[in-house]
Amino acid sequence: MMEPGNVQRSTPNVQRSNAEGASSLDVGRWTLDVERSSERAAIFIRDVSLTFPGKRLGDEIAVLDHVSARVAKGEFVCLVGPSGCGKSTLLNIVGGFLTASSGEVLVEGQPVHGPDPRRIFVFQENGVFPWLNVRDNVGFGLRGKSKEEREKTIAHYIAMVGLTGFEDAYPRELSGGMRQRVEIARALAANPDIIYMDEPFGALDFITRLKMRADLVRIWQAEKKTILFVTHDIEEAVQLADRVLIMSKRPATIQQVVEIDLARPRDLDSPRYLEKRDEIFRIMGMSLRVGETLSV
Amino acid sequence: MPRPALRTAHATTLLSFALPVGVGVMFLLGWHAAVRISGSDLFPTPVEVGRGLLELARQGLLLKYVVASLFRVSWGFALAVAVGVPAGLLLGWYSRGFQAFNPMIQIFRPISPIAWIPVAILWFGVTDAAPIFLIFLASVFPITVSSIAAVQNMQPVYLRAAQNFGLSRGELFRQVILRASLPQIITGIRIALGVAWLVVVAAEMIAVNSGLGYLIIDARNAGKRYDLVVAGMVMIGVIGLVLDLLVRQLEKFDEVRWGYARR
Ligand SMILES: Nc1ncnc2c1ncn2[C@@H]1O[C@H](COP(=O)(O)OP(=O)(O)O)[C@@H](O)[C@H]1O
Ligand SMILES: [Mg+2]
Repeated sequence: MMEPGNVQRSTPNVQRSNAEGASSLDVGRWTLDVERSSERAAIFIRDVSLTFPGKRLGDEIAVLDHVSARVAKGEFVCLVGPSGCGKSTLLNIVGGFLTASSGEVLVEGQPVHGPDPRRIFVFQENGVFPWLNVRDNVGFGLRGKSKEEREKTIAHYIAMVGLTGFEDAYPRELSGGMRQRVEIARALAANPDIIYMDEPFGALDFITRLKMRADLVRIWQAEKKTILFVTHDIEEAVQLADRVLIMSKRPATIQQVVEIDLARPRDLDSPRYLEKRDEIFRIMGMSLRVGETLSV
Repeated sequence: MPRPALRTAHATTLLSFALPVGVGVMFLLGWHAAVRISGSDLFPTPVEVGRGLLELARQGLLLKYVVASLFRVSWGFALAVAVGVPAGLLLGWYSRGFQAFNPMIQIFRPISPIAWIPVAILWFGVTDAAPIFLIFLASVFPITVSSIAAVQNMQPVYLRAAQNFGLSRGELFRQVILRASLPQIITGIRIALGVAWLVVVAAEMIAVNSGLGYLIIDARNAGKRYDLVVAGMVMIGVIGLVLDLLVRQLEKFDEVRWGYARR
């Protein structure tokens, strides 16, 4: 367990000292949060800002503006926001592919220093290796394991995502949905604690997307992983998440957090579901009269 | 005209075979007619070229020359692959290295291997090493440049996925960078082989006394045997085609097929 003092010493940075200077009350709150997070939070994002350098001086793009959030262990959290607001940027910082300009990210209580096999990313543009067949893709994260264990794990997760019979197929022979299933199986097989997903179903057709979401929820319930899932699709977020973090336009902050306390499997025309959906629509400042199934 | 609704796979295959054969036959007929009409007694008809080929085969020269040319290409080309692929992978990966070497590569690249012939003779004399050196020069640049481009054009998502799974440097290179670049490297190799074959013939015309290039020059000089000149040309063309077909087989492997546009 971490002591408050410990935390302060282990996280010296400019942002922090500013916060301390501004208000001692703030510091107290943060310390309390970090302390609690060391027990419960899988991901703790604190005051993260990021500015991309522009082509010329003065052209900088401020993308993230003091974003703070937390994700509990085993929680399914969706991050929604308008296109281009910085969702992928934030996820890439949490995943260790990008470094924040200021602020910090603790995962399992440790600062992030780059990508880590205990947390696997599922990419928007499908990161399945086209030169490996389904079996070898799913087994990619199992390099250190014995042959029997590898084979057992591979078969297990291929079955879990419903691709049994396609072990020898290559990605180019699969549909977009199947390729995304391969990537999910590859992530699960590596047995990570956390899975980061960046609009993994964005390129799929409507029906496939619905089916993939249902399967993802089923898998998540079976595997008890923490999932941080980025989407611009409000319906998707309400169908999947325990909590939805709503990001504002750029430079983005977390504008509001909506708890989706609906039992699973979720009924997509229950009044409670529609209520939640409409609440998020409203928070994001969108008219509901345009169309009931509008997504951003 | 209405197309037949059902064209069987068999008929399609037959057609894809019949069309090029038809064009070939037309070409031979046209060639034959042109020689007859012009009344040339030096330029051979296709039939005379065929007889010339038979004559060379009976003397054992055909096989000997083909083997000699292929031998030189194999060596020069193998050396070029051995140097060009690793160099290309490294320069594609390390941008500092690319910055340092690329201008030099771009200066050497447009110098035709033919221009190197005097230098090759100076350095290696009239030995097999001279054409091998020329073939090496001709093929090492296309191979290097396409390998560089292959690494540079690699989709970043593969790299990021690999990093996520915690690969060591060696694993990253073997299992991802090399694999992701392979389709484009093979394309570079195919182009380079065509160039190598082009160059061996040119090199043999000057530097050595065997091979198909030598056959062409020798047949011309020793008694104006144009039937043998053209026979040599035909062999060059046919072997070039076979080499290309062989390398194309590499593009059919599952490990690289994803890298080529669907046909
Ligand atoms: N490497 C980069 N350099 C400069 N600007 C970037 C870079 N990556 C993203 N951006 C900009 O940052 C903003 C947020 O991008 P992103 O996080 O991808 O948004 P989204 O919420 O759609 O995932 C966009 O305006 C984008 O143009
Ligand atoms: Mg994005």
